Amino acid sequence: MPAGDRTVLQFSTQSTANLSAKVHPLVIFNICDCYVRRPDQAERVIGTLLGSVLPDGTVDIRNSYAVPHTESAEQVALDIEYHHNMLVSQQKVNPKEVIVGWYSTGLGVTGGSALIHDFYSREVPNPVHLTVDTGFRNGEGTIKAYVSVNLALGDRQLAAQFQEIPLDLRMVEAERLGFDILKTTSVDKLPTDLEGMEVTMQRLLALIDDIYKYVDGVVEGHVAADNSIGRFISDTVAALPKLSPPAFDKLVNDSLQDQLLLLYLSSITRTQLGLAENLNTAAQNL
Amino acid sequence: MAASSTARSFLQVAATEEVVSPLRFVQIEGLVILKIIKHCKEFSPALVTGQLLGLDVGSVLEVTNCFPFPIREEDEEIEADGANYQLEMMRCLREVNVDNNTVGWYQSTILGSYQTVELIETFMNYQENIRRCVCIIYDPSRSNQGVLALKALKLSDSFMELYRTNNFTGEKLREKNLSWVDIFEEIPIKVSNSALISAFMTELESNTPVTQCDYDRLQFSSNPYMERNMEFLIECMDDLSMEQQKAFPILLQELVTSTSPATGMVSEKKVVYLISMLLDSLFSLKDHLGPSKSENMARKAAGEEPLPEEDPTNPIFKPIPEPSRLESFLITNQIANYCNQINGYIVYSRSYPFFWIA
Repeated sequence: MPAGDRTVLQFSTQSTANLSAKVHPLVIFNICDCYVRRPDQAERVIGTLLGSVLPDGTVDIRNSYAVPHTESAEQVALDIEYHHNMLVSQQKVNPKEVIVGWYSTGLGVTGGSALIHDFYSREVPNPVHLTVDTGFRNGEGTIKAYVSVNLALGDRQLAAQFQEIPLDLRMVEAERLGFDILKTTSVDKLPTDLEGMEVTMQRLLALIDDIYKYVDGVVEGHVAADNSIGRFISDTVAALPKLSPPAFDKLVNDSLQDQLLLLYLSSITRTQLGLAENLNTAAQNL
Repeated sequence: MAASSTARSFLQVAATEEVVSPLRFVQIEGLVILKIIKHCKEFSPALVTGQLLGLDVGSVLEVTNCFPFPIREEDEEIEADGANYQLEMMRCLREVNVDNNTVGWYQSTILGSYQTVELIETFMNYQENIRRCVCIIYDPSRSNQGVLALKALKLSDSFMELYRTNNFTGEKLREKNLSWVDIFEEIPIKVSNSALISAFMTELESNTPVTQCDYDRLQFSSNPYMERNMEFLIECMDDLSMEQQKAFPILLQELVTSTSPATGMVSEKKVVYLISMLLDSLFSLKDHLGPSKSENMARKAAGEEPLPEEDPTNPIFKPIPEPSRLESFLITNQIANYCNQINGYIVYSRSYPFFWIA
């Protein structure tokens, strides 16, 4: 039988085609901390995500805070006043951070989430929903981001589907520094700069070792030669400035001497400090 | 009756003073470190502050959360706003079960120049309300070099007593055996993380063998950084010499009045002469240190170094900034030393990779 007017289920994918999200590790930390501190009867934690929308459409999630909520089988209640109060306070510090979405812990998206998402979509046109699986149900901690897409049948809104968008964990350099500290459960003392230098040099040497082994392997025929890698290596080596050894030595020695001079100067200053101190306090002795 | 010999009565317990165990270290959560880094970095080069929250447990001060303060404009009515903001934040955080206890504050700094009178005053303000508080100093400019520059500071007790009596004369300082190193105490920092977070972080770690901070560390262009350090050093030197000039006439006058009854006029002049010679040599030393920038300053200072007039009504006091200036001096010095060490180390080890490849 020929179908009369068949309406087609429309997925509006244009707006979400190039949407992706970037998360700062601080947000994950916040979420985990709130989860650990949640009140006993709550199973999951819900909160607001703050950040900004970059010009190319990606959502940059920079900060977050938890919002108290109550949840039962039928309904979900969110403390809206708290949410607004915190928002105002946070914006006093950083007016550029606006609401970009909300998060919840737990693996999947539940029915209650749709309601909450609805609430947030009244605040922000296209909120991002972040789920952080603190239960490690899949054997690993999954962090997923979703946006809601409206499923329309002809003119009628049928449902909203949560569509996953790519998520990127992005870390700033300074945060990278502390990363080793942040990984373990406890660190006895902060690494000094010399120790950090040591670690860096070890890593660098390891890299150079790898390259050596690879080149040796290719030369002896163990490893299949890959032209692009070979070109890359030759480019890298050619990038070193071409200096004859005496010129290089002179360069290094000059800079070394400059630094030794500075070292000497600062030692002199320290000595003078000591002198001045003694003068000032001991002068009354005379 | 017999039981009370072993168990103290409530009254007794309430009457005995708690023995305050000395603070051995500060335990910070990774969350707090990240927040501090983020806040300071976003607003650098402006200096920002924030509040630390946590618990005071025995000899450990635990810092479990923090929140930033908004940047304060120079306006009187913002005072009340600031207090309101703080109360509001504490109340909100209380609702989500965050420790509501203030244990100190953090601030960002540039190249370690954080030792000002304001810092001491803030410390005293906090100390009135809280038994133990720390100040965490974070240096975002040093972090660009690849080092996590985080420090926890506390005012030493002897200095606090002295400050309360507001008595900074030379004799008092000598009595207490207090020199400029004793003003601040640095407390070691330990970092702790909950197991959940460390699990997440271990997983989220990328697999690259070399990270960005390695690139930062291996950079050789530390010249601008060193230059700024030296500029700070020279400025501090100038300030110090000005302070000494202020204090010197008074010291000299005291010296003169103290020696005249004991010995004759001749030796008194000798002593005065000796001291002025010493000052001269100090100024010329300063000359060598900062030839380009402070040459003019030094010449002017050495040129107008008159012998002071007798002014017995002048109260003897050491200007309060003086100890702090010395300290800031010391710290800038230390930083200069530090980066010298780093640089020396870098230069030595720099030769190795080059020899390998070449």
